[in-house]
Amino acid sequence: MAGAGKAPVWVDLALVPLVNLAAALVVSGLVVAAVGQSPLEALEVLVTGAFGYGEAIGYTLYYTTNFIFTGLAVAVAFHAGLFNIGGEGQAYIGGLGVGLACLAFGGILPFPLMLLVAIAFGAAFGAGWAYVPGWLQAKRGSHVVITTIMFNFIAAALMTYIMVYVLIVPGQQSPESRQFDATTFLPTAKQAFAWIGVDIAASPLNLSFVVALIAAACVWVFVWHTYVGYELRVVGKSEKAAVYSGISPARHIVLAMAISGALAGLVGLNEIMGVQHRLLLNFTGGVGYVGIAVALMGRNHPFGICLAALLFGALYQGGSELAFSMPQLSKEMVVVIQGLVILFCGALEHLFRPQLERLFARPLPART
Amino acid sequence: MEDAFLMIVTMASATLRVATPLVLAALAGLFAERSGIVDIGLEGKMLGAAFAAAATAAVTGSAWLGLLAAIAASTVLSMIHGFASITHNGNQVVSGMALNIMVAGLCPVLAQAWFRQSGQTPMLGQQARFGPIELPFAAAVAKVPVIGPLYAQVISGHNILVYIAAIAVPLVGFIVYRTSFGLRLRAVGENPEAVDTAGVSVSRLRYQALILAGILCGVAGAYLSTAHNAGFIRDMTAGKGYLALAALIFGKWKPVPTLLACLLFAFADAVQIRLQGVPVPGIGVIPVQLIQALPYILTVFLLAGFVGKSIAPRASGIPYLKER
Repeated sequence: MAGAGKAPVWVDLALVPLVNLAAALVVSGLVVAAVGQSPLEALEVLVTGAFGYGEAIGYTLYYTTNFIFTGLAVAVAFHAGLFNIGGEGQAYIGGLGVGLACLAFGGILPFPLMLLVAIAFGAAFGAGWAYVPGWLQAKRGSHVVITTIMFNFIAAALMTYIMVYVLIVPGQQSPESRQFDATTFLPTAKQAFAWIGVDIAASPLNLSFVVALIAAACVWVFVWHTYVGYELRVVGKSEKAAVYSGISPARHIVLAMAISGALAGLVGLNEIMGVQHRLLLNFTGGVGYVGIAVALMGRNHPFGICLAALLFGALYQGGSELAFSMPQLSKEMVVVIQGLVILFCGALEHLFRPQLERLFARPLPART
Repeated sequence: MEDAFLMIVTMASATLRVATPLVLAALAGLFAERSGIVDIGLEGKMLGAAFAAAATAAVTGSAWLGLLAAIAASTVLSMIHGFASITHNGNQVVSGMALNIMVAGLCPVLAQAWFRQSGQTPMLGQQARFGPIELPFAAAVAKVPVIGPLYAQVISGHNILVYIAAIAVPLVGFIVYRTSFGLRLRAVGENPEAVDTAGVSVSRLRYQALILAGILCGVAGAYLSTAHNAGFIRDMTAGKGYLALAALIFGKWKPVPTLLACLLFAFADAVQIRLQGVPVPGIGVIPVQLIQALPYILTVFLLAGFVGKSIAPRASGIPYLKER
């Protein structure tokens, strides 16, 4: 194009995602208006519900924790050119790993060691559940999107079986395991702050939030500052180029899926070890799918993912408040927003991009 | 002996009822994927259609208007998918996922706003649903041994949408294999460049395929809420869209094998309900969950090439960029 140069980096990194997000929110507002409610009032309730008081902030960050894990999971697979829809199943099975570790070693191991063992179990179970689709993709060419969807359903059936027939407390009606030993409970934010003499509101926010932030830092170092991470991105950009430079795509596909599954598996740390303190059914509640939205919003970068996870954490917490104070608005409104964010930030990401890039394009420097 | 035969008759009938939405949705997926558009959004389209059908039938009292609304809703969703993945070359999997999630949220929101029954639609009366149809002579031949009960209870007595699904299979087969549209459809999913070179619009063909997919998913959704059940409840598709996708892969993207895969999955479902807690001679009690997971496990095995090989249309999932 004559006269038009490249648009500045911030257009691609910040402006385009923000415009897409704004479009998703505007359409959400239209939905709210369509059911006869005030979008502005809804927005106000949403924001106060998410950040207005101590307890709300605690809940927001508790949801954020899950979304950081699943968002990172989607992103790592994405950098290797894979679309992992199986975060839901991997989180479910990862939670099983965390739960089994707590049931087996609770009260035997001292806490710091117990935490490490639980992390190892959760990551290993999640990684194992993602390893199979990864291997099938790498060695047999089975499309990872379809196999991970199938594995979500298989995970759900498997967990139901295990809870109903194996881990259920005998004589009890609901399929739940016994409560873990109290020494395994992750310290909550309230407890942690009490140690330094600060009193904050009680909420489910716990130590796993810190683990999630550490995981985000680790992913950043791994993907952009290690050799293997570099190879992973080469495979993601072009398998042919990878083969020519002596990188095995198969190995890296399996590795990326395993890491992805391990990250998703750590959701169990927050839900099972941090909040529920026992194994139960359906504790994942769609976090794997939110991870897709989070990764798309966060442009697959850990920093962006943390911000996007916070946004969705706020949406989830604010959304439950919304259902409470505006009863005409069902709590599923949050799910609508989530779907619209995936639509506009993911599938329709090219909708506004050309116009925005043209608008901010710097003219090419004149040749001298 | 008499009992065993009766059980077979009931299970065959149940299989047909469960298979109907699967067949319709899988055929919808067939059109989309044969044209080169991956359609993860079958689930969402069906759910949206189920809601539209139930809501319309509840307000107007007419199941047929409900069916029309279902087809309209599902086609609109299909067009959004097309807008994102054909016009804007967006990621087709992401687009399908987005629709599934959005619809899963939107239906209860609208249901709550319109009907105030905690995210459901009101229960539909007999007139607002598709009722069973007695085929000719069903009562007369019912007494004839073997053939009588088979005709009267397995073939006769379903609602019209079951028969539509049955007719849809040969019809789709005819369209895909015996018409020039079908030839182009198959070509555009394998080699869009060639179709483009021949002067046929790739986008147009793909949009047409998605309209057909929308219509079929619409019927499937209407079946769920106004024929099989009496109203909409949240997440009433419960993964049937994904199961249809699995059946489509299992049927290697061909109409008749896809039908057989749907019947197999539906039969597994009928068996699972039968087998709950009943020991099988020589094996013992088979966990229900294993049978529930079986369609998915089989599909994974098939995809892995351990039991035959299922190869997707070559261009599916890849946006077509016209050379300039």
